[in-house]
Amino acid sequence: MNVANERFSSELASHAHHEAHEEDHHGPGAKLVIVGYGFWIFLLSDIVMFSAFFAAHAVLQDSTDGGPKGSELLSIRNVAYETACLLLSSFTCGLILVGAEARRMAWTQAALIATGLLGLTFLVLEVREFTEMISQGAGPQRSAFLSSFFALVGCHGAHVSVGLLWLGTMMAQLFVKGFRDDILRRLLCFNLFWHMLDIVWVAVFTLVYLVGDAR
Amino acid sequence: MFGKLTLDAIPWDQPIPLISGAMVVVLLLGLLAWISFKGYMPYLWREWITSVDHKRIGVMYALLGLVMLLRGFVDAVMMRTHQAVAFHAPGYLPPHHYDQIFSAHGTIMIFFAAMPIIIGLMNFVTPLQLGVRDVAFPTLNSTGFWLTASGALLVNISLVVGEFSQAGWLPYPPLSELPYSPGVGVDYYLWALLISGAGTLMTGINFVTTILKMRAPGMTYMRMSMFCWTTLASNMLIVAAFPILTATLIMLALDRYLGFHFFTNDGGGNMAMFLNLIWAWGHPEVYILVLPSFGIFSEIISTFSGKPLFGYRSMVIATLGICVISFIVWLHHFFTMGAGSNVNAVFGIATSVIAVVTGVKIFNWLFTMYGGRIRYQTPMLWSLGFLVTFVIGGMTGVLLAVPPADFALHNTVFVIAHFHNVIIGGVVFALYAGITFWFPKAFGFKLNETWGKAVFWFTIIGFYVTFMPLYVAGLLGMTRRLQHYEVAEWRPWVVAATFGVAISGIAMICQFIQLYVSIRDREALRDKTGDLWNGRALEWATSSPPPVFNFAFLPEVKSEEPYWEMKQRSMRTGHLADIGAYQPIEMPRNSATGFITAFFATMAGFSLIWHIWWMVVVSIVAAYAGFVWFAWRDKDEYTVPASEVEKLDQERRLAREAWLARQVNASEAI
Repeated sequence: MNVANERFSSELASHAHHEAHEEDHHGPGAKLVIVGYGFWIFLLSDIVMFSAFFAAHAVLQDSTDGGPKGSELLSIRNVAYETACLLLSSFTCGLILVGAEARRMAWTQAALIATGLLGLTFLVLEVREFTEMISQGAGPQRSAFLSSFFALVGCHGAHVSVGLLWLGTMMAQLFVKGFRDDILRRLLCFNLFWHMLDIVWVAVFTLVYLVGDAR
Repeated sequence: MFGKLTLDAIPWDQPIPLISGAMVVVLLLGLLAWISFKGYMPYLWREWITSVDHKRIGVMYALLGLVMLLRGFVDAVMMRTHQAVAFHAPGYLPPHHYDQIFSAHGTIMIFFAAMPIIIGLMNFVTPLQLGVRDVAFPTLNSTGFWLTASGALLVNISLVVGEFSQAGWLPYPPLSELPYSPGVGVDYYLWALLISGAGTLMTGINFVTTILKMRAPGMTYMRMSMFCWTTLASNMLIVAAFPILTATLIMLALDRYLGFHFFTNDGGGNMAMFLNLIWAWGHPEVYILVLPSFGIFSEIISTFSGKPLFGYRSMVIATLGICVISFIVWLHHFFTMGAGSNVNAVFGIATSVIAVVTGVKIFNWLFTMYGGRIRYQTPMLWSLGFLVTFVIGGMTGVLLAVPPADFALHNTVFVIAHFHNVIIGGVVFALYAGITFWFPKAFGFKLNETWGKAVFWFTIIGFYVTFMPLYVAGLLGMTRRLQHYEVAEWRPWVVAATFGVAISGIAMICQFIQLYVSIRDREALRDKTGDLWNGRALEWATSSPPPVFNFAFLPEVKSEEPYWEMKQRSMRTGHLADIGAYQPIEMPRNSATGFITAFFATMAGFSLIWHIWWMVVVSIVAAYAGFVWFAWRDKDEYTVPASEVEKLDQERRLAREAWLARQVNASEAI
């Protein structure tokens, strides 16, 4: 481990020490901790936003207005591929941080590209599913059930798209600026974001596709 | 090319918005010309618009809020005077215009008056009370402010370009859906709130992180000031509640723009879901506003009673209790929807429980005053006015929490009177109290006391004369939002309320005079000690106004009232605390990111409202480019040299030594 990296982890360790001894509180936390913590709070708020869409879907999933039901529309095979892509991308996303810890540019960039390609494949599969449904006359305008389906799954897809844009920007930044402290903090935040999308996807997979397929 | 936007969007046939809009435009252009002519533009850009200093941002938030408070008040005057003459008569406002006014009044007062002033005070005070140099994310803070301003701007544009929503301050479907609100009014509402809501969420994230992760050495949770605690609670509510608002408004926007069926009459849409979602945000929102207000009163009552806050721990528990319970009472806003008696009973009881927790706070404030040497200066008058007024509002709230009573009172002006009772008596009084209390800290001179007291008395009397009659009219069955009416029994009460609003108008005028007189006499009102009110928390430990870095040395905190304790120690020992060598201080650099983001957000919002699709794309791409440009910069901090720190801090210490000498002399004289 090189010097900068030791500081990366010692910052964390010393902060953990502060928290353990609340009585002799040592003042403001380390920047890495503050940024990571703040980003977690943002992710929590994002999860709350998803939960509103989940709630709407739960309320509206039987309001098909005489239109197609979930079991007539949803393809478990397609969604299995999507899930595989996203879960794999979480693994490669973890490799980004491993590469960054080791300060290996090629490794880190390769992991970033792999994550991006898997994310892109996921998006393509999702867009294909959406266009197929719309071409069958099962678009979001058909019924409240489909409105909530497209809004919830689309909201997740929009997050993945924004994540890809961020990922591309990070690749360029990392290439130009190298493993600077602020770049490392951003990579950490990107990791948190990407894993959060995975967690939300697990809920989408279960509550929208598995439950929906049974209806 | 310009979507739905044509010259007909300007209401040529309606003189009121046209003339007032023209006046505002002329005033703004005049102000801009004056600023450019005087050469103040570079100063304004450098020191304010691109500032990431939490104190500057706090002041800008408060200014924005005060301007919008005036706009909301003008709406209120129009509604009250209109109802006074609209008995067996059409009044002077056509129905569509009247509907816009009550919608704009509520939207503006909550989102663009109360919220900005509250957030402004949190911004200014919290880092000072925590004994730190800034918030966790200074640039995000600036972005949050400018996005809020962007939302406010869109609401004001709707005055002269197109129209505002006619669907009330919460756009209930199906009225807010496309078939019943085909104009751009609801779209103005949606995008103004989505943009400013994003700004508010940024504030929430920033302050939760700041309070939990950035406190002066030794400041444990149980040593934080009550205002910091309530700020924390309020911002946790923002983080948990505002995303629900965003999601709900996105759903409504999808219905209106892309033909979705979330809340529509047809296609299986569910209107009741809108009520549930919007109030799952809406009720916590009430506490987002009132909890910091409680914090302000806690600081003021303890300072002006010369005593520590009574029952500090119970106050913390009560604050967090309200924080949690506020999420399980939302259904009391629509008991009449028909969820069934058991559901109504649960929510009715939960609502009443909040009154118990709030009662704990009221008694704590009373016991803080008990046995204290109370100084009746303006901030304390507001606090006393609050205690009396808020208890009345609380009791009518408990009355409304009883479902059978609510069935009789739902949608009457009794409800209007109730929530104005708690929001004016709780939040607005707190804003006035807080501004009076912290104004000297922000600007280095205090506000004129005589005119401040005049503002207080006219406001409180104006409030009672306006809203007590509305309680009666509500009990007589008068429903809210009436453009005209024929019931003779309501008339005297409506006329009485008009007198009340006139008295409130006098209060507004007094407020302007107070500002004018105070700024004119600022040399006589100057505070050199930094501790004008004999304060107890850390914001008084630095000079007024504080230097950009707040504290030359981060204070060592040893108790719940750190500054009070420091002063006691100095008086015992006869000298100020020793200091080490001055160190250079790293501070965040200015950034135009917030302003640029908000500029393009306004553009995106406006073009979405008018369906100018190419401009939507352009503004989003531009906003992203601005974001990357910000992310690309290499230096985000600058250094204040040790000599500069020393110079500024030595001035403060000289003033404090003079103060200490006076204290020691005074005690020797006794």
